[in-house]
Amino acid sequence: MAIEPAVVSPATLAEAYAIAARGAHRPVAGGTDLLVQITGGIGPPPDRVLDLWRLDELRGISVRDGALELGALTTFSEIRASVACREDAPALVEAAATIGAAQIQNRGTLGGNVMNASPAGDTLPVLLALDAELVVGGETGERTIPAAAFWPAYRRTAIRPDELLVRIRLPLVADRRQRFRKVGTRRAQAISKVVIALAWRGDPGSGTWREVRVALGSVAATPIRAAAAEAALEGERPTESTAERAVAALVGELRPIDDVRSTAAYRREVAGRVLRRLVRDEGRW
Amino acid sequence: MSYHLTVNGTATEVAVPGMRRLLDVLREDLGLTGSKEGCGEGECGACTVLIDGAVAVSCLVPVCQVDAAVITTVEGLATPTTGLSSLQQAFLETGGAQCGICTPGMLLSGQAFLDSGAEPTDDAIREAIAGNLCRCTGYTKIVEAVALAAGRRDETGA
Repeated sequence: MAIEPAVVSPATLAEAYAIAARGAHRPVAGGTDLLVQITGGIGPPPDRVLDLWRLDELRGISVRDGALELGALTTFSEIRASVACREDAPALVEAAATIGAAQIQNRGTLGGNVMNASPAGDTLPVLLALDAELVVGGETGERTIPAAAFWPAYRRTAIRPDELLVRIRLPLVADRRQRFRKVGTRRAQAISKVVIALAWRGDPGSGTWREVRVALGSVAATPIRAAAAEAALEGERPTESTAERAVAALVGELRPIDDVRSTAAYRREVAGRVLRRLVRDEGRW
Repeated sequence: MSYHLTVNGTATEVAVPGMRRLLDVLREDLGLTGSKEGCGEGECGACTVLIDGAVAVSCLVPVCQVDAAVITTVEGLATPTTGLSSLQQAFLETGGAQCGICTPGMLLSGQAFLDSGAEPTDDAIREAIAGNLCRCTGYTKIVEAVALAAGRRDETGA
């Protein structure tokens, strides 16, 4: 018999906050993770579900206060179709295009990807690389959590049970470049073996890279930044010797695991190869 | 709870738990068994339907999220008066259907692609059906069917 927990579908964010404050509800956005978990018997099913789908207050993409803001219910299809996202967050657009296929992209949401907190969540390295700010809210108001502090442990988030993720802010940075690459078994419908997002500010004069971010998914218990690889690239131009040092640093600092989708050795090797290729593309060597 | 859906042009009310999967509402509550359950986890696309014109896997959509929505299933493609849809006819002509399990979902992904008005390049068609697995055809004849229907659409403006 199918498991069908009780569900409540509030029409306003204020109502949703009130329900969240009572606790014991599992929020659901587009359902593309939660229904897999319920049907597949992955972990205990929730007793009660808080359906967020009707909350238009959590939709929309806009540029505001120096940041690209995406409502938590923004779907991956909406990200792909957004001129603002293509302009200011091309790596996020690329990530959205690799998630499932059209059926999933029409329902799955950026906020859902953030809150599901999978180490393989395809957009999460992008959010780390772009220094995203995650705005959460509740009956007591809103607060902002930097992406770097949002996933403290395997499948955990920094949000409190009485809070909901409201929107994702991507601060606009002049001269920032960004790249994304996902490695999976096929182009569509694949869960990643390795995901890399790379961002930096290119100095227009010297061509050196500043504020370098190297973020990865599927290589640790959480999405991570690769501090040693970032340090190897910081202040450098994208030359072959710089790439070699960055790859060595990355391979040295990663501690991936063997699992059903890949092996630790493969992930380490491929992460290095992908980083090398991204730097090579930029250096044109 | 009671939910109001328009399914294949017919206004319908269902009194079911809100977390019931749309797939189960269609198959079990409404008797529309054209949508198939392959994997039950959004991988295979056999349960693909259109929700307000956009493809979705009905195994991952709780019915509470389609209240007031317009749903199209494979049963809604052909009508007694107009017969098979152009795309269904094209599947027949190219041999796009073999065992038939993927076919309802393929037809709806193909229909959404046709409705989008996108240029029917091989790459674009393959991306449109990337969420639908077929273990018989090798996809070639399905891609040919979508291209054939797109060509007829562009000729007739229909």
